[in-house]
Amino acid sequence: MSEITVWIEAALAATVSDDCVVIVNDVSEANLRWALNALTTNGQMHHRTATVIAVVRPAGAGHAGVVSGVVGSAGDLLALVAEADAAALVAPPADDASPLPEPVRDADYLADAVSTSIEVFAPLAQALGRSFADARARGHELFGFAEHRYTTVWLATSAGARRRYVEPMGRFELNAKHADRIGSAWVGRATTDFADVDGDALYAEVSERLSWCETRLELPAGRYETILPPSAVADLMIYAYWTMNGRDAEEGRNVFAGSARGATRVGERLGALPLRLSSGPGAAGLPGSPFVVATASEPGLVSVFDNGAPIEPTHWVDDGVLRRLVYPRSGARASGVPFAFPSQNLVVDAGSSTSLAELIATTKRGLLLTTLWYIREVDAETLLLTGLTRDGVYLVEDGTVVGMVNNFRFNESPVDLLKRATAASVAEPCLCREWNDEFTYTVTPALRIPDFNMSTVSKAY
Amino acid sequence: MPHSDRLDPRFTALPLDALVDAALARAAALGASHADVRVERVRTGQRLLRDGRLETSSDVTDLGLGVRVVHEGAWGFAAGITLTTDAAAALADQAVAAARVSRVLSDRPVELAPEPVHEGDWVSPFRLNPFDVPEVDRLGRLLELSEVVARGEGVDHVTVTLEMVDESKFYADSAGSRTRQRRVRLFPSIEAVNVADGYSSMRSCNPPSARGWEYLAGNDGWDFDAEAGRLPEWLAENVAAPSVRAGRYDLVVSPTNLWLTIHESVAHATELDRALGFEAAYAGTSFATVDGLGSLRYGSDVMTVTGDRITEHGLASCGWDDEGVEAQTFDIVRDGTLVGYQLNRQMAHDRGLARSNGCAYADSPGHIPLQRMPNVSLQPAADDTSVADLIGQVEHGLFVEGDKSWSIDMQRYNFQFTGQRFFAIENGRLTHQVRDVAYQATTTDFWGSMAAVGGRGTFVLMGALNCGKGQPAQSAPVSHGAPAALFRQVNVLNTEAEGSNL
Repeated sequence: MSEITVWIEAALAATVSDDCVVIVNDVSEANLRWALNALTTNGQMHHRTATVIAVVRPAGAGHAGVVSGVVGSAGDLLALVAEADAAALVAPPADDASPLPEPVRDADYLADAVSTSIEVFAPLAQALGRSFADARARGHELFGFAEHRYTTVWLATSAGARRRYVEPMGRFELNAKHADRIGSAWVGRATTDFADVDGDALYAEVSERLSWCETRLELPAGRYETILPPSAVADLMIYAYWTMNGRDAEEGRNVFAGSARGATRVGERLGALPLRLSSGPGAAGLPGSPFVVATASEPGLVSVFDNGAPIEPTHWVDDGVLRRLVYPRSGARASGVPFAFPSQNLVVDAGSSTSLAELIATTKRGLLLTTLWYIREVDAETLLLTGLTRDGVYLVEDGTVVGMVNNFRFNESPVDLLKRATAASVAEPCLCREWNDEFTYTVTPALRIPDFNMSTVSKAY
Repeated sequence: MPHSDRLDPRFTALPLDALVDAALARAAALGASHADVRVERVRTGQRLLRDGRLETSSDVTDLGLGVRVVHEGAWGFAAGITLTTDAAAALADQAVAAARVSRVLSDRPVELAPEPVHEGDWVSPFRLNPFDVPEVDRLGRLLELSEVVARGEGVDHVTVTLEMVDESKFYADSAGSRTRQRRVRLFPSIEAVNVADGYSSMRSCNPPSARGWEYLAGNDGWDFDAEAGRLPEWLAENVAAPSVRAGRYDLVVSPTNLWLTIHESVAHATELDRALGFEAAYAGTSFATVDGLGSLRYGSDVMTVTGDRITEHGLASCGWDDEGVEAQTFDIVRDGTLVGYQLNRQMAHDRGLARSNGCAYADSPGHIPLQRMPNVSLQPAADDTSVADLIGQVEHGLFVEGDKSWSIDMQRYNFQFTGQRFFAIENGRLTHQVRDVAYQATTTDFWGSMAAVGGRGTFVLMGALNCGKGQPAQSAPVSHGAPAALFRQVNVLNTEAEGSNL
C-alpha cells in the first residue's frame, strides 16, 4: 500500500472546508538527448506535487482555494490543506462551481507509484551507438531526444472518490542531416514503455528519407497539391481540438461559432470525407485518464470542481459533421448540452484503408511534407494558422518521390483543410512534432489537400 | 544588489549549506572533476477574471535540488525533492551514474571555461511581493481595471489575467562559489473583445516586469489605468477599420511590437548552441553561423544590439547565472555587424574564449541549465528622435503597436508577425487603423531595411515570461528593450486573403 494514500486520508480529515479534493502527482522521468552524433545531456528525475482544492459553500455558492506544492511528507500535504482552506475563505464565488462528482473507488487505488529510470533506454542507447558510428562514416549528423515518464495520479475527494491512474509518456525523435545541413529527415514515435522502439529500424527509416534529399529542387511560393502526413495532420488537428471551447463558440469567439449569437456550428458538415475526430480513455487503444484530473480551472474548458468525474470516449466530429464541443459540467448545465472533457489524446479517422504509399503512388504532381513547425494562430475567427514546413518537403511526380524541395511558410486553417481534403490514408499511430512536449498520443491519417497555401519560401533548412 | 534582508525567509531557513556540502562531497569522492548544485524554490500564481468573474486561480510552489557533475569528461544530472543530506548525496551518485551512461556515447570530454569564485546575495528590485498582497486587494485591482474596460462602448467581453513569480535560488559549485538570489516578477494583462460583426480583440501592450505589486497597483513602470481607459476606443476603431491592401509598406514599429521581432530574429539566432547545431532537432539552428562572426551584415548601420543581465527590472537580470558566472553586458550586433554570441561555460571553452558571458539558466531544480538568452536589446539613437519624427519620414506606411501572432523558421530567416493595432500613415501623419495585417520578411532583409531608430525617449523595456527552449522543454523570463524604429518597404500580407480559397 502506498503511504501517499495514508497522507491523503489525513489531509481529507484535516480540512475545515465544506468539500476538499486532493490530487497527488508522483512523476518519475528519464531522458537522453543527442546532437552531432554524440550524447549531449541526460538525466533522471523524481518529483511529487500535490494540489489541494478546498471549497466552501455558503448559500449554495462555491468558493475554491487552489494550492499546489511539492510534497515530501504527510506534513507537507497537511500544510497545503491549511493554505487551501485559508484561500477558499477569501476567494470570490467560482464561476464554474458544481457539486463534486458522484464518487468512484478504483480497485488499485492503494497501489504504489510506478517508476522508470535511465535503464529503460539501454537497448536504444546501444542502437544509437551503432547509428552514430554509421552516420559518422557516411558524413551524416544525427540529432534527437528520447524521454520516458510515468505519472502516478491519486485523486481523492471528501465526497468519497478514491481514484488512481498511471499516465505513461514516451517519445522518441530522430533527425538525420547531410553534412551541409540542407538535406534533413525526421522520424518520431510515441510509446508507453520503449519496448516497441526499435532504434536500428528507425535509423534505417530516417536514412531512407534522407536519401530522398540527394536531389535538390527549388519551388516558388504558391498553392500546391500537398500530402500532409499523419504527424502534420496531428499538429493541425490538435490545434483545432484545443479550440473546441463550447462557451467561446456560443459567444462568437472562435471558429466554431454559429452565425447567430448563442449558436454554434454543432450539426454542421465540416468536410466531404467521412471523418471522425474522437478522444478519451481507450480511444484507438491510446492511453488516457478515465477520470478528470484538473489542478486549475481553464475558462470554459475544464473545472477543478469536476475532479474525479468519469470521462467517456467522445466523438467530436462524426461522419464529417461537428457533433460536440468542450464543456465543463457547469457550462454543460448552463447550455443544456452534455459534459465533454478534452482528453490528452486524439484520433482522426476517415475510415480509409489506403496506405500513405498508395496516396503517394496516385499523385501526379504534388508535395509530400514531413512535419510542421512554429504553428501560431493568426486569426481566431477562421482559425487561420501560420507555420513552417520542416525536415523534408519532397516533390512527388508520377507517383514517385523525385527529390527534396525548399521549405515554405504556410497560412492555413485546419477547419478549412477539413473542408478541402479530397483523400485520406489509413489512420495510424504517430507523434506530432510541434506539440509533442505536451500531447504525445495521436492516431491520424495522411490527408491530400489539392491547394495547400504555401505563402512564402523559407530559406531555412 | 545586495539586499540579503529581502531574501525569502522560508527559503533561507532551509539547510542550504548542509545540502550542497553533502552533494559536493559525494561528487568529489566519486571523482567528479566539476560539480554544481542548485536548490530552488519557485512560486507561481495565476488569476484570470473573465467578465469580472474569477475563472482561474492557482498557486504552485516548486521546491527541489539538482546536482550536475562532469565525471570522466561526461555530463551527468539528477534531481529530486527530498531535502536531506542523505538524499542530496544520493543525487550525486545518480548524477555520476548518468555520466557513465553518457560517456560511452560522447565524442569529446566536457571542459568548462574558468570563472572567479563568487560568494554573495542578490535580490531583484521590488517593493511589495505580489504574493504578500491580500487576495481581496489583488482581485480588487484586477476587477477595477476590468470594469473600466467593460464600461467602454462596443466592449462585449473583458479578460484580465495576472501571473506572479517569486523565485529563490541557491547555487554552489566545487570551485567554491556559493550564491543566494531572489527574483520577483509579474505580468498583468487586459484584453477587450467585440463580437458584434465577427471577432475583434484588443490587448494591453504592457510587458511582464521584474517589479513587485507596485507595478500594477501603483502604475510604477506602466500606466494601467490610462491603458484600460483607451482600450475600448482602440477596439472600436479596429472593428470599424478597413482591411489592409497587401503590398510593400514603410513600417514604424513601436517597441511594444518590435521586442518580439528582436527576440525571435536576433536573440534566438545568436545563441551559440543553436549556431553550432546542438539545438538542430528541436529549437533549430541559426543562419548566423560562427564563420560570420565579425563580418555578417545583420542589419543597417543604425543596428546595435546588446546582451546583458544587469538592466534594472530586466526579467533576465541576476547577480550570477546558473553556472556561477557573474552578470555582464556584451555586444551582439554593432553598427549592423554580428560581433557576439550568447555563451555558457562549456561553449566558451570550446570556442577558446577566456570566460562565459553568463547565459546559463535552468527554469526549475529538476532541469539542467541550458544556454538561455539574457536581456537582448536594440540600442536607441544618441539623438532625441521621437516616434512622431519617425512617422514624419513616411509617406505611405503603417505604425505598428503591440505584439500578437508570431512565427519564425528553424534557422531564424523567415518570420511573420501580426500586432494589436496598425495605423495607416499618409504623408507623415497617422490617419486611421487598418486590420488583417501581418508583416513578413527575411531577418537580414528586415534589419537591413531599418532606416532610423528613435532616441532614448522612445525606448521601452518589453519582454516575456515564457520563452521556450530545450528538451525537456524549459521556460525562461527575458526582457527586450527597444526604441521605435523605421523600416522601409516591408512585405505586408492581408491575413483574410491568406485564409481565403477563392
